Amino acid sequence: MIFPALFFYLFAGVCIAAAVMVIAARNPVHSVLFLILAFVNAAALFILLGAEFLAMILIIVYVGAVLVLFLFVVMMLDVDFAQLRQGFMQYLPIGAFLGGILLIELVLVLVTWTIGPDVQRTIATPTPPIASMFNAEALGHVLYTRYVYFFQAAGVVLLVAMIGAIVLTLRHKPHVKRQNIADQIARTKATAIDIVKVRPGQGL
Amino acid sequence: MTIGLGHYLTVAAILFTIGIFGIFLNRKNVIIILMSIELILLAVNLNLVAFSAFLGDLVGQVYALLVLTVAAAEAAIGLAILVAYYRNRGSIAVEDINLMKG
Repeated sequence: MIFPALFFYLFAGVCIAAAVMVIAARNPVHSVLFLILAFVNAAALFILLGAEFLAMILIIVYVGAVLVLFLFVVMMLDVDFAQLRQGFMQYLPIGAFLGGILLIELVLVLVTWTIGPDVQRTIATPTPPIASMFNAEALGHVLYTRYVYFFQAAGVVLLVAMIGAIVLTLRHKPHVKRQNIADQIARTKATAIDIVKVRPGQGL
Repeated sequence: MTIGLGHYLTVAAILFTIGIFGIFLNRKNVIIILMSIELILLAVNLNLVAFSAFLGDLVGQVYALLVLTVAAAEAAIGLAILVAYYRNRGSIAVEDINLMKG
């Protein structure tokens, strides 16, 4: 079978090229668009690995929400990005040096590393065969039973993030008039009406 | 020519390195730094899913889901801080972000 290998190299190559362009693009809007490309290709890699549900979540949550948020913020902030790019070449050697060391370390880990002999016995939740149930169904069976607390913790994380984002960005403008229903209901005849005796010929 | 675990781990390692490299390269631009962090978390997710697929263990995908959630929350909070900071200072240069020094 040549096709899975071919598609793997296609998706992996485009993913890495897009990732390089994310950090090298001159315009941040282009960076965000290349990040979208990288995430879509990573989702394709997930599908090749048999994790369809995570691939769809990656596209829906990341491409659909997070990266659009990035795009929104990049376009909303009126920043001189050319000025922010100064020192790009200055940081290139140290960045390349540290990145190269990290990559060499990771590759050294990869080539010297093997799966232990008793790993197959310690698997927590074996993946059911694809003939019996699909990936999303299998994940649901595990996620809502054994890992339900993880699921709830993820929900709490999202709730805290939502409240935090609202608290951080909400601002009250001082001169905007808003309806205050409690004040309106609490009005009485004494506070609402002001009786003024007007003498003839003087006006108010 | 069969694609094994090592191929996916190599892709993830390269993505991780690009993310680290991006943080060093764009030290003045917070938005690119946040995007580099997203790349790093994507590499972590790719590792988790690759191990999950090749070991036949579903827990890796559960953890990948959790990492995805945390990454989304982190992006939302980071961008909210960025917007609030921009409103106060009119700039997003990293060198200016030292208000907490007192």
